[in-house]
Amino acid sequence: MFRRTFSRFCAGEEKRVGTRTVFVGNHPISETEAYIAQRFCDNRIVSSKYTLWNFLPKNLFEQFRRIANFYFLIIFLVQVTVDTPTSPVTSGLPLFFVITVTAIKQGYEDWLRHRADNEVNKSTVYIIENAKRVRKESEKIKVGDVVEVQADETFPCDLILLSSCTTDGTCYVTTASLDGESNCKTHYAVRDTITLCTAESIDTLRAAIECEQPQPDLYKFVGRINIYSNSLEAVARSLGPENLLLKGATLKNTKKIYGVAVYTGMETKMALNYQGKSQKRSAVEKSINAFLIVYLFILLTKAAVCTTLKYVWQSTPHNDEPWYNQKTQKERETLKVLKMFTDFLSFMVLFNFIIPVSMYVTVEMQKFLGSFFISWDKDFYDEEIHEGALVNTSDLNEELGQVDYVFTDKTGTLTENTMEFIECCIDGHKYKSVTQEVDGLSQTDGPLTYFDKADKNREELFLRALCLCHTVEIKTNDAVDGVTESAELTYISSSPDEIALVKGAKRYGFTFLGNRNGLMRVENQRKEIEEYELLHTLNFDSVRRRMSVIVKTQRGDILLFCKGADSAIFPRVQNHEIELTKAHVERNAMDGYRTLCVAFKEIAPDDYERINRQLLEAKMALQDREEKMEKVFDDIETNMNLIGATAVEDKLQDQAAETIEALHAAGLKVWVLTGDKMETAKSTCYACRLFQTSTELLELTTKTIEESERKEDRLHELLIEYRKKLLHEFPKSTRSLKKAWTEHQEYGLIIDGSTLSLILNSSQDSGSNNYKSIFLQICMKCTAVLCCRMAPLQKAQNLCFILPQFLYQFFCGFSQQPLYDAAYLTMYNICFTSLPILAYSLLEQHINIDTLTSDPRLYMKITGNAMLQLGPFLYWTFLAAFEGMVFFFGTYFLFQTASLEENGKVYGNWTFGTIVFTVLVFTVTLKLALDTRFWTWINHFVIWGSLAFYVFFSFFWGGIIWPFLKQQRMYFVFAQMLSSVSTWLAIILLIFISLFPEILLIVLKNVKRRTARRNLSCRRASDSLSARPSVRPLLLRTFSDESNIL
Amino acid sequence: MAMNYNAKDEVDGGPPCPPGGTAKTRRPDNTAFKQQRLPAWQPILTAGTVLPTFFIIGLIFIPIGIGIFVTSNNIREIEGNVFMYYGLSNFYQNHRRYVKSRDDSQLNGDPSALLNPSKECEPYRRNEDKPIAPCGAIANSMFNDTLELFLISNESDPTPVPIPLKKKGIAWWTDKNVKFRNPPGGENLEERFKGTTKPVNWLKPVYMLDSDIDNSGFVNEDFIVWMRTAALPTFRKLYRLIERKNDLHPTLPAGRYYLNITYNYPVHSFDGRKRMILSTISWMGGKNPFLGIAYIAIGSISFLLGVVLLVINHKYRNNSNTADITI
Repeated sequence: MFRRTFSRFCAGEEKRVGTRTVFVGNHPISETEAYIAQRFCDNRIVSSKYTLWNFLPKNLFEQFRRIANFYFLIIFLVQVTVDTPTSPVTSGLPLFFVITVTAIKQGYEDWLRHRADNEVNKSTVYIIENAKRVRKESEKIKVGDVVEVQADETFPCDLILLSSCTTDGTCYVTTASLDGESNCKTHYAVRDTITLCTAESIDTLRAAIECEQPQPDLYKFVGRINIYSNSLEAVARSLGPENLLLKGATLKNTKKIYGVAVYTGMETKMALNYQGKSQKRSAVEKSINAFLIVYLFILLTKAAVCTTLKYVWQSTPHNDEPWYNQKTQKERETLKVLKMFTDFLSFMVLFNFIIPVSMYVTVEMQKFLGSFFISWDKDFYDEEIHEGALVNTSDLNEELGQVDYVFTDKTGTLTENTMEFIECCIDGHKYKSVTQEVDGLSQTDGPLTYFDKADKNREELFLRALCLCHTVEIKTNDAVDGVTESAELTYISSSPDEIALVKGAKRYGFTFLGNRNGLMRVENQRKEIEEYELLHTLNFDSVRRRMSVIVKTQRGDILLFCKGADSAIFPRVQNHEIELTKAHVERNAMDGYRTLCVAFKEIAPDDYERINRQLLEAKMALQDREEKMEKVFDDIETNMNLIGATAVEDKLQDQAAETIEALHAAGLKVWVLTGDKMETAKSTCYACRLFQTSTELLELTTKTIEESERKEDRLHELLIEYRKKLLHEFPKSTRSLKKAWTEHQEYGLIIDGSTLSLILNSSQDSGSNNYKSIFLQICMKCTAVLCCRMAPLQKAQNLCFILPQFLYQFFCGFSQQPLYDAAYLTMYNICFTSLPILAYSLLEQHINIDTLTSDPRLYMKITGNAMLQLGPFLYWTFLAAFEGMVFFFGTYFLFQTASLEENGKVYGNWTFGTIVFTVLVFTVTLKLALDTRFWTWINHFVIWGSLAFYVFFSFFWGGIIWPFLKQQRMYFVFAQMLSSVSTWLAIILLIFISLFPEILLIVLKNVKRRTARRNLSCRRASDSLSARPSVRPLLLRTFSDESNIL
Repeated sequence: MAMNYNAKDEVDGGPPCPPGGTAKTRRPDNTAFKQQRLPAWQPILTAGTVLPTFFIIGLIFIPIGIGIFVTSNNIREIEGNVFMYYGLSNFYQNHRRYVKSRDDSQLNGDPSALLNPSKECEPYRRNEDKPIAPCGAIANSMFNDTLELFLISNESDPTPVPIPLKKKGIAWWTDKNVKFRNPPGGENLEERFKGTTKPVNWLKPVYMLDSDIDNSGFVNEDFIVWMRTAALPTFRKLYRLIERKNDLHPTLPAGRYYLNITYNYPVHSFDGRKRMILSTISWMGGKNPFLGIAYIAIGSISFLLGVVLLVINHKYRNNSNTADITI
């Protein structure tokens, strides 16, 4: 939202124009034309939410948008305005505490963002001004400035490449920080500015760039540069994404470049892609909110019940106003309706602690601190890249325990994306190297092994195609600058497939030596150097799924080489020898190799003229360039001759299969998205054990549907059939088909693109994933899981906290008399109970880390928010209600006697409340202690510390006559209370009664589990399950009973 | 990207560089805390630990319960000091309007609060333009019946012998000595309360509550006891002590007693009742069967459960020889 307003402010009217004009170096083009400086925003990146000035109002506003905070603010205001039983401090102080803690946390996070912003904004850049290299801060860059960038620096804004230190005006860029692709991409300068590679010469450039207004798509850019040289007519050149250097990308393997800034600051593509720190709400928080509403409802009910009863009770005059307790004149005169309303509000205020004010702050602290544990974890540390886990937002930590679906890319994620040329087929004849370890360079004479030889010419044509049809570049080392024929050729390409193919060709004797002066040089099997003039490159795109080059041989022939996916090539070739190649391709795909088909065609000079014109036209178009180019490409790439096919292997990542298996066992549904051939993908899925041999595959592909008129009908039939199959398997499942199929591991589903578009649903192969085993471990982190628990726990605490208060109303004439002292009301959530639960949620490990990592099945138990389901919630609620009753009525019966002391002295209402409160604090804390399975010194410290603090605080609070208090209600109440043996006995008894159900449940679960274990060990004696360490049931304790038997 | 920050870097401050090492290592510290491998005590609730707990609880609770119960039931016998209580029922001392209607500063002897009582005391704050001392509804409604106990020693002599009732020692020590104080001033208590008026319902002003100056004014123990508001609408308050004279005679020997009540305090208007209770007190206070019964009940349940579980556990153990026993 902020960004939008910001960019609106910056861009202003240009937005409507649709294009912007940038003067290179901010030099006006002609004297006659008045140079109107267009206003663009500066190059400052703002990712922080607050400034020093607006932090307080803005942060407060944000915080009070949160339902609980807002609720407490309302309560606070009610307390301030209306005569309420408790002073505003009781809710004001906790609210203040919560707001402060959250503000500090958010302020800290924002400070980090400020620092990161500053790092970027204040970094040094060099700008060419008046033919001089001027050092500036990054944020000072204006649109139109010519910027110099050195190797391994990141681009400070979106630049149009003007020239580089290389003669051909190219540079290599890695966009790892933008889209995660770490390979080098080549960017080009327009031909006319290539030579301007010094500060002086670049300053003489008079040019204007017209380009579209900023838009977030990283891969789209349309522009035109008009170059004015020596008062001649302007030369117009088209600009595309290959000319645009994006902010955030890094310059590689190029010493320096000059570029002109076109988009700056918040208008850069990176900034436009930045989603802001969006408020993601985790499922846990959502369910907390849901339960909050339930509690709000209970609160309102309680208040309404009390108000009603109050007026029923007061209908007897001596109850309403006995002689000893008369109302003031003002009270008598107040309207009855108004009185009822204020009474209702008063009851709300009295019971408002049922909604724990500190719950959000505990949850937030837990997440915040928990994220440190994630980043501290050395198991996530990658030795190779020297990076540990990075926590971008702590809002969703616990969601790691709730993952249902894993979507994965195949290439580069499941596989290493390091390709190896395996074999090829030329005219249907298979060529395969016997030993892949043999260095290709030494093999100079022909294919290593050929089962059946193809025509020598065809063979060479095929290999030339491999050498020419690509976008591979040669990296030349600085030391041997210009020596292209060095033995060490390093290929750089955006696609590892191409490198593999070029290397493959090299193994068969054709070596690509790089570009020189627009000529592609290839060394053939006879060690001769062939040169080809590269006329056009029809780049690869994912829609066409092929790429082509048009080259001119030394003899002047014009050839088009095309390579691409079989489905993209076969329809476009004319010869009838497809069948053999096709079979070959299928077989390779079955083996899990990536296949590409290669085709060529000769272009007559006349045709070329036409093609050339069309291509240039399309390239120059400012509007709809993509569509136009696509159409031209489509026209060109027809009637080709199929030469052969290649097979490249993409190796599986280390431990990919193990990870997939673990994910499966954890009950996650893994989906693989891939652009590969279905057979390739399928075999990869088998290789990484996503599909087991027992897996029944449900295929929704063009093959199963068949090319027929009645596609839809057939598809429908299949869908019905599959659903029936799955529903039969899960008779009770009422879920949609989509969910059901992956429910069971034994089913795998394959959908291909064309079928998909039929269903109008975005999906792909059912498949799997890898992030090495790292991801798996994250999922199973205890911290992630356990914070789900504390919410009901804490809410229950507050229910048993407030229930005695409610019951007390029945004994005090519904007069809203608080049972506890204001200090206790205030401190309960902040001091007495918050730390143990925080420590518990951070440190608890119900199950040993090693057990967790070794048995992914345990993950299944926690997904689907198992712990925040209605069942456990009700259980906690009823338990809390029981405890509240015990606290209150236990003390009530205790007070039936004349005296609790051996000297016959009597206690008052504050002692009553203090006894209840003491039992409450001890019970709640000890209950947590009972739940704690993992007692570190921190747990000991906070649990016993909290209790000690409570006792200490009570003595202290009652030990002094506080001058600022209107009433000294608590004076020596606690000490006096402890002087009575009866009170001690009663407190111990009540604590024990309250904990009794909990203890009983633990024992019962143990017995039950044991029975389950017995059944289990009978059924599968050999299963490793029976040997599982003894801590297991402790996890299960909070699950529904059915889940007890794994 | 500028938007991301590495929490580890920021907070950690980076681990100390290894000696001689130049490059800052981003490797997380291998400390027990950060790796969540702090040494921990992991109690495992097994049959072996839970069952004895049940038995022990049973074995401890039942005797305690019996002890309490017996003590509580023996209280009837009038031996040792006897405590005289008055009881009121349906009297809401815990009503919010009532509870807050007092001024503790005034009661603590603060001269300014004496003449200008807190607003909380309304409508018992001022009377005829004079501040009320002590102000508020609680003070105003102080119990003012007088109870006197006489013993008719024998049938032949009908003259009742008054039983000596001790007025002091019925309030909390801290209340009597710290929380409640008379306003400062001269020897004369009346002078110290100058400028104030008595509560509307009182018969006499606060400085005339007792002839003993240490038990008059705000530090009058009857007053202090009344000011400690009761928790429930039916309550008792300590009125007098009857001290045992010597070990030879019971404090209150058997005989006919005669209770003289000077009736000032109206309770019918709010449907209330008055009571007078004479009770001895044991180490655990007055007679109260609740604690004893509860202890016995819980102890028995615990013990019983222990037995049941033991049986189940035993049965199970016999049934399967192979499975491990840990829970």
